[in-house]
Amino acid sequence: MTELTQEQGKVQLISWRNPAVRSVVYQIVSVVLVGFAAYTIFQNTVANLTKRGIASGFSFLNIESGFAISEVMPVPMLEPGFVSFISSIFLGLIAAFVLHKWVTRKGKTVGGDYRLVLLTIFFIFVVPAITYLLTNHIFVTETYSEASSYGLGLVTGVFNTIKMSILGCILATIIGFFVGIARLSSNWLVAKLAETYVEIIRNIPVLLQIFFWYFAVIRTLPMVRESINFFDVFIINNRGIYLPDPTPLPGFHPFLIALFVACVGVYFRLRHVKAVQDLTGRQLPVLFPSIAILIVFPGLVWMGLGAPVELSYPKLTGFNFTGGLNPSPEYAAMLMGLSIYHGSQIAEIVRSGIQAVSTGQKEAARALGLRGGFVMRLVVIPQAMRVIIPPLTSQYLGVTKNSSLGVAIGFPELVSVGGTILNQSGQAIEIIGITMAVYLAASLMISVFMNWYNEKMKLVER
Amino acid sequence: MSGEIIGAVPPLEAGPPKMNIGVVGWIRMNLFNTWYNSILTVLSLSLIYYTVTSLLNWGVRLARFTGVKPEDCQGIDGACWPVISDNWAFFMVGTYPYELRWRPLMALLVVVALIMLAVWPRIRRMRLYQLAWLVSPIVIFIIIKGSDTFGLSQVDTRHWGGVMLTVILSVVGIVFAFPIGLMLALGRRSRMPVINILCVGYIEMIRGVPLITVLFMSSIMLPLFFPEGFNLDKVLRAQIGIIMFAAAYQAEVVRGGLQGVDRGQEEAAMALGLSYWQSMVLIVLPQALKIVIPTMVSSAISLLKDTSLVVIIGLFDLLGIANLVLANPIWLGKMFETYVFVAAIYWVMCFSMSRYARRLEIRFSAGDR
Amino acid sequence: MGSKRAGNNNEIMIEIRQMNKWFGNFQALKEINLTVRRQEVVVICGPSGSGKSTLIRTINRLEEHQQGRIFVEGTELTNDLKNIEIIRKEVGMVFQQFNLFPHLTVRNNIMMAPIWVRKLPRSEAMKIANELLERVGIPEQADKYPGQLSGGQQQRVAIARSLAMQPKIMLFDEPTSALDPEMIKEVLDVMRELAEQGMTMLVVTHEMGFAREVADRMIFMDAGHIVEEASPKIFFSKPKEERTKLFLSQILHH
Repeated sequence: MTELTQEQGKVQLISWRNPAVRSVVYQIVSVVLVGFAAYTIFQNTVANLTKRGIASGFSFLNIESGFAISEVMPVPMLEPGFVSFISSIFLGLIAAFVLHKWVTRKGKTVGGDYRLVLLTIFFIFVVPAITYLLTNHIFVTETYSEASSYGLGLVTGVFNTIKMSILGCILATIIGFFVGIARLSSNWLVAKLAETYVEIIRNIPVLLQIFFWYFAVIRTLPMVRESINFFDVFIINNRGIYLPDPTPLPGFHPFLIALFVACVGVYFRLRHVKAVQDLTGRQLPVLFPSIAILIVFPGLVWMGLGAPVELSYPKLTGFNFTGGLNPSPEYAAMLMGLSIYHGSQIAEIVRSGIQAVSTGQKEAARALGLRGGFVMRLVVIPQAMRVIIPPLTSQYLGVTKNSSLGVAIGFPELVSVGGTILNQSGQAIEIIGITMAVYLAASLMISVFMNWYNEKMKLVER
Repeated sequence: MSGEIIGAVPPLEAGPPKMNIGVVGWIRMNLFNTWYNSILTVLSLSLIYYTVTSLLNWGVRLARFTGVKPEDCQGIDGACWPVISDNWAFFMVGTYPYELRWRPLMALLVVVALIMLAVWPRIRRMRLYQLAWLVSPIVIFIIIKGSDTFGLSQVDTRHWGGVMLTVILSVVGIVFAFPIGLMLALGRRSRMPVINILCVGYIEMIRGVPLITVLFMSSIMLPLFFPEGFNLDKVLRAQIGIIMFAAAYQAEVVRGGLQGVDRGQEEAAMALGLSYWQSMVLIVLPQALKIVIPTMVSSAISLLKDTSLVVIIGLFDLLGIANLVLANPIWLGKMFETYVFVAAIYWVMCFSMSRYARRLEIRFSAGDR
Repeated sequence: MGSKRAGNNNEIMIEIRQMNKWFGNFQALKEINLTVRRQEVVVICGPSGSGKSTLIRTINRLEEHQQGRIFVEGTELTNDLKNIEIIRKEVGMVFQQFNLFPHLTVRNNIMMAPIWVRKLPRSEAMKIANELLERVGIPEQADKYPGQLSGGQQQRVAIARSLAMQPKIMLFDEPTSALDPEMIKEVLDVMRELAEQGMTMLVVTHEMGFAREVADRMIFMDAGHIVEEASPKIFFSKPKEERTKLFLSQILHH
């Protein structure tokens, strides 16, 4: 009897009525189903591949490709020394982090201590630099040619994707912020124009826009003989756009260092301004002195070194222009298509971000006596950026993913190069796998960043 | 001093000051209220003037509208619209056999008729009408694809194209992706680790890669997955890729809706003694899905735009047809006309849907109050 | 109770003459004439949409008036940004929805205006903030974010934030309307204390108990007009206008 009453409390251990049992059964069933599907697919694929005589595996990456890629650049191929270099960067970062934690724990204000800044710079920049000098081979740069391997071709594709995405993101951001702010303009006409831009562009497929820029605009530009020529500086024809190419001369590195020093100078100036304000309440001018530092000092160095950059201008030699910076028509079309399309999306993000800050916030700031610029800087922008940044990063991911449309007009980014290799070698699974893995890695990094950012920026609530 | 009342003063003339109302007031307030706004207004006006006049000159004043032969367009500076009118059917249905073109038209009529009937709420509530919607996809499929039992000759999917293919790919994509996405979203919320991991893994993988790689996978890898001799149609393969892709995005949309439903709703359902599935189907999902209908419409817009990528794997959807027309030596160089026309079609479809989504959003937010 | 502080000081703080305001074609304020003297507490009441919030929002130029003149401490409110700036430094405002800055801690909310408008050193601004938090009774919440506080606490922080500018006039726009009943008292206590210390206050509120006790003068508004103006004693016991009677009967007997 006693046993019975004890058992009445819970369901029999192994029974369909026990939710735990159900859960386990469901999970086992789904594992079995997925496993069975995977197994069948694997079996079929192996059979299909053997029949076609394709050996699976990644050894094909070392085979000579034999095809040309229209846009190549020196890409880094890693050497064993890379590991120690990367570890020194990590160690430097960790050291700097520990230092900061230690100093702030002792109650000192981080802002006021100049030695701390120098130590941080030492750990983050100098330590890796020393390692770099000590280790001979971190990577070697190789430039792809027809004689190179498939592997190098894919790496070149990745770098073309990166080249495309970075500039695309920058341009899209500029367009997006410009148009997004224009949509909120108090000028009705400007707001309507911006709205029209957004509504037209975002409702047309981006691939169609890329085709339009490539086939209808760039390809129909005048031929080389009738190039549109702005004083031999900018030249536009159907082979692309030619810009003057800055080539560094000796003395360019000191100039770069001067630029860096100017940036550090501005940084310290900003800290000084902050310190003065904290101490006395006086607000020193920020904008113009900073610009002055940034321009005057590097400018003097520039002139002192005798303008250490040579602009190489495009010249007509034979049937074509040579020299100068020459983005290919494909690159230009992709860039226009992506930045204009994603610019319209970013405009919407910016607009809704700014609108998300309630009028009450602005009114409260104004009622406190803050002037227009301060209302924006202290109240509106900090709150709007929290709303803007997460969707903005996913737009950046979108630009990166859409750069794969280069395959449609022959811009040699990852998917495009991969497609060529796939057609030649037949290694479909490996190629598609590699491509997906690269993109997955990129989105993973972005989502890790976004989680970190959201966590950091989350408004604290009850 | 308390209770002091200020004496009445004779009233001024009624109405707000003139400069703040009326057309002139509006123009002053919205276009010329500051000096820089005045400059912006002038700049915008000249930009609008320039764009509109050059578009009108190209598209209307200097354009050729009539003519069958491409030669009719020789020696004009404006648009050559015969490239559109001549290839009209081509843009609409692709290479669908000439003598069978009444069939896609009939399919269109069926859809239009069903939509028109929805205007009357009484008909909308009729069982027969709802049934008609349910069977309409099958009917449309039979009309377009053909079936020997109904005496309609088969039309190979190779000949499907144009607006028809674009619409089919997107509508079928959305319709099939929805239930899969729903299941994935529920799986993502599940407390069973295996199911959770499977769903999260699928969703994040698909959302992390470009659509074109998914399409490559479905069009190149999929045949390898099936046993020898199992032939998958090319359009079907693309469709599978689109569904796989859209499902992951639908899952996230539905998840957003599920998060928007108060936990208390599920608890109340449980307290009433409903099972998990009952509480989902009867209580939680109806509310969640209502919240996300506008988002779903915008994801449908994205999908419609994304279907244009099938041109890369060799299908002739609307964009593919545009390229096909341009590849025809007769119409060489008519890029502007063709792309502008195709863009206009996409735009009308997407824009009307986005307006619809906005209307729904307003209606729903009004309903909440 | 009643007029005990204002009697000995006749300096005019706010003077509004013949003021009209329109939103488009809708006239929100009609023929407003109002004088507020130093240390006076004026309570404005009236049905919703009567223009009472708009009235006090014109005083610090959150709303622009189109006709008539407004003087605050002898400075006229015009389109001149300098004047607006001067007046906003003198006039503090507390909103119905608190409008605390959610991205800043409570202390930083209070310190913002002293640092950026009054240009005080950080340490001094911090001292002011701590003193004010003490005064409104929540010194322990200084490092929390607004989202972590209750509504009553948030509104007290909002009052402290306005006081940090050391204003001569305080505007209260329905400060207790968004609060749960149990939190109304803590906010009214702070306001009562402020009145006793001699702050000039314009308060839009439905809290008639508070009005009867603290106000020097009651103003009843309806449809953009100031319908009736009287001392609380007269206002509550024998109002002249029918509309006032109706309003009072509704608000006092619900």
